[in-house]
Amino acid sequence: MSEFLIKNGHVFDVVSGVKGDKKDIAIKDGKIVDKVSSKAKTIDATGKTVMAGALDIHAHVAGPKVNLGRWFRPEDKWFRGEMRGGIRKQASRMEQGFSIPSVFRTGYSYARMGYTFVMEAAMPPLYARHVHEEIHDTPIIDEAALPVFGNNWFVMEYLKEKDIEKTAAYTSWLMKMTKGYGIKVVNPGGTEAWGWGLNCLGINDEVPYFDITPADITKGLIETNEFLGLPHSVHIHPNSLGDPGNSPVTLDTMKLASGYKAKNKFGREQVLHMTHLQFHSYGGSGWGDFCSASRDIMDYVNKHPEITFDTGNVTLDETTTMTADGPFEHHLCALNHLKWCNVDVELETGSGVVPFIYSPNVFPCAVQWAVGLELALLAKDPMRTMITTDHPNAGPFTRYPRVFKWLMYKKTRDEQMAAFKNSGKVADATILNELDREITLYELSQMTRAAPAKALGLGSMCGGLAVGMNAEVAIYNIDPAKMPTNPDDIETIFSNAAYLFKDGEIVVQDGQIVSEPAKKTFWVDAKTPESKQVTRDVREKFLRYYTVTQANYEVPDSYAPHPYVIETTANV
Amino acid sequence: MAKVVTDVVCPFCGTLCDDIAITVTDDGKDIIDCQNACAIGSEKFLKLSSSHGHERVTRPRKRQPDGSYKEITYDEAIEYTAQMLAKAKKTLWYGWASTSCEAMAVGHKVAEKAGTMVDNCATVCHGSSLLAIQDVGVPSCTLGEVKNRADRIIFWGCNPAHAHPRHMSRYSIFPRGFFTTKGHKGRKIICVDCRYTDTAKCADEFIQVDQSYDYELLDAFRTVARGHDIPDFVGGVPKEKIVKAVETLKEGRFGVIFFGMGMTHTLGRNHNVDIAINFTRDMNDYTKFSIVAMRGHWNVTGSGQVLSWQYGFPYCVDLTRRTHARYQPGDTSSVDLLRRKEVDACICIASDIGAHFPIEATRHMAQIPSVCIDPHINLTTEISDVHIPVALVGVEVEGCAYRMDNVPMRCRKVIDPLEGMLTDEELLERIYVRLCEIMGDA
Repeated sequence: MSEFLIKNGHVFDVVSGVKGDKKDIAIKDGKIVDKVSSKAKTIDATGKTVMAGALDIHAHVAGPKVNLGRWFRPEDKWFRGEMRGGIRKQASRMEQGFSIPSVFRTGYSYARMGYTFVMEAAMPPLYARHVHEEIHDTPIIDEAALPVFGNNWFVMEYLKEKDIEKTAAYTSWLMKMTKGYGIKVVNPGGTEAWGWGLNCLGINDEVPYFDITPADITKGLIETNEFLGLPHSVHIHPNSLGDPGNSPVTLDTMKLASGYKAKNKFGREQVLHMTHLQFHSYGGSGWGDFCSASRDIMDYVNKHPEITFDTGNVTLDETTTMTADGPFEHHLCALNHLKWCNVDVELETGSGVVPFIYSPNVFPCAVQWAVGLELALLAKDPMRTMITTDHPNAGPFTRYPRVFKWLMYKKTRDEQMAAFKNSGKVADATILNELDREITLYELSQMTRAAPAKALGLGSMCGGLAVGMNAEVAIYNIDPAKMPTNPDDIETIFSNAAYLFKDGEIVVQDGQIVSEPAKKTFWVDAKTPESKQVTRDVREKFLRYYTVTQANYEVPDSYAPHPYVIETTANV
Repeated sequence: MAKVVTDVVCPFCGTLCDDIAITVTDDGKDIIDCQNACAIGSEKFLKLSSSHGHERVTRPRKRQPDGSYKEITYDEAIEYTAQMLAKAKKTLWYGWASTSCEAMAVGHKVAEKAGTMVDNCATVCHGSSLLAIQDVGVPSCTLGEVKNRADRIIFWGCNPAHAHPRHMSRYSIFPRGFFTTKGHKGRKIICVDCRYTDTAKCADEFIQVDQSYDYELLDAFRTVARGHDIPDFVGGVPKEKIVKAVETLKEGRFGVIFFGMGMTHTLGRNHNVDIAINFTRDMNDYTKFSIVAMRGHWNVTGSGQVLSWQYGFPYCVDLTRRTHARYQPGDTSSVDLLRRKEVDACICIASDIGAHFPIEATRHMAQIPSVCIDPHINLTTEISDVHIPVALVGVEVEGCAYRMDNVPMRCRKVIDPLEGMLTDEELLERIYVRLCEIMGDA
């Protein structure tokens, strides 16, 4: 393996506690080391910013609904800038698509932005092989996937009996079968209700037939998660996504986590990750008086260390929404009358896909844009705050640099606010104008590196530049002493890393892909005492209700040729 | 003695039954018996049994000037294919529906390198459904949802009794599921077809529509569902019958439409599917409703999936620009390309142009340099310049395939491939290596 020495860069890294000071970073055999031999290749990073490789804690980048989005939207390839002079083919494979890029563009674009790890946010267990096939074909970036549990028949039946050990035994089995990373919950109970065309809008709504509520499911899964000692916490998309006045449901959901302590050996402190919080922080009673409730939400989040969140920033683009929240997508298609896909998945979950245009001319879209930024700006602890666009729901991940720009320069927010068709009304419905905060490079390095790494339980190896950590290093053409005067430069710079090292090798140089090394698939092998009853229940459900046999359910090892398996032991 | 391989996935139709048990000899080289499969599926397995007396072609063959075939080595066949790909201005690469997704991924790598057209069997099958879905979306579900919840089933222009023989017993009519404990008795089955098919015999209600009046009839269904009046007869079907059918559907808790070639290839084509989907959308205002395409070849769905995650389009993909993929059915679709004599070479893999395409299209294929990659002798192998036989995926090679509801299944290896035979994946990888050498950037 090669050796590198990155000299004279301005390093931003919370793990080694460096806040923009000049520091050399040495790389050997894929790890950050103290020093390297004289044979090491020197990279001059004078006047440049050095950070760890970034991690995306929540993006829909692989799997059945992502691919459905790709093929049922040929227009996503046709009418976009890329076809008018942008990147088509720069690395070994063609790059296609804007809001739902092909696997090749996904891998290359993340790498060009300095990202090295992406969490696929929702894996339907029955479709796990599909998710892993796409992960396998996605170049460069390391990936993992969260199987969805919040509408699973086994989970609901065990939690109705309040049996955490059985839920844990089943969870452990399912994570192994699907090579999953943690527990994802999407609209708990609501998607099962959607099997009958219904929904659960509050945490105490009963799930039809199963005689359980979203609150029971959420609390039960938090207990299960801590019982198993998983690296990541429960990762929840709460009920009532996108509805005006949904902030009480969000607060109710967050309150479910109080009183629980994180029990794991990975340094994770939260017990509940609230994902794309922007979609859950609305006031008002309808679209007319729709307004931001970010202050209420963030008051709670700031005081409660058991909660982490990611923003889900609206980027004001035409995009493709996709979620395991089936009833929401039906609701959305009734709002915008565009094409609607729905896939209900036997015994497990459901999903929907609808294109959406976040138009600056539409009042609620502009409010959503402001809410996402408010959340990040109101956050007191950058180590519990992560920046996402819930790709592709609020906007494509390739717009992260634009979100960084808005967060780092108040004047760009003011300009955008003034440019809205209903700017006065939007300003009244939001508090963004009152927020003068500008995110610093150090805070950005926390929100995009150290925070997601810690929340995912990967803090000891990813998201930092301390000795012994993985040599994943991004270098950007920003001199912190002379920040760009034109904020648009921030967007260009963060879209095109000067260098990206992954596993100790250069993969990006001057914004170009220069090598495509093997990527890793992370998954968690959660060991827990076997439950004979669960084994019997699984066999029974496969015999009677599934349409695949139990023997054909597991994702074979060949789907993840470079696995990184994290083993955990249950806190029995 | 013999051993039994269980949970085998049947590589025949889009139903992808995965409960097949195959008895093989101890050395794992020969098939003795096949259980649980339908007549067609059994044939697929038993055809490879030595007792069946079936002769396999085990080495590539090249057509001679006199029309006869001469055996050549794999190396020679690979050389021919790579040279053909390198020389041709525009190669059509059609098929893919009967091989694994792993092989497709390698094949697309070759196709991208050479700059070919890539198309699959949807082009003569459910392509119109794909076009309709691109216009209006598709509210759908997995087949297990049908089994566990559905109490209203419509078969429209499809005949699973013959084309997907175990569909009715595994998913749609007979199975007892979680919320459907009465099985067949708890379901109302409606069959819409222009002929009284064997599927119609299983239906509670058979609606005989005049040929190519599917659009009109579906429009009438929508109109009635929305509470409006319709003419006394629509598409030859009396008003009372339509009103009664819609009432039956509305009274259900969970309805599903299964549709086949009778909808996608009668007059109106994608528009028929479009309005069927819109009827499904409408019905979701009253109850829960889904629609599922009855995909034919066992892995035609998989080809659409792999093409989509790599290039963003499910079929008719044009990689000839080498920088980006294009998609324009009618322009980049196989039949049109061949009929317009726009392609100057052709590879047919894991499918059969000779059996499925119009004669003008097939004739052009026979006149240009062509390679057919297929385990069996079929109509296309007999008009190709080179036939490269490969091991049979799903019997001799494992690999991923997608069911008609897009659920991925892992096909199993049941017996060893015949001595010295290459798999699709190995063959394509070797063509790739040779092509890179010829094109000078190995």
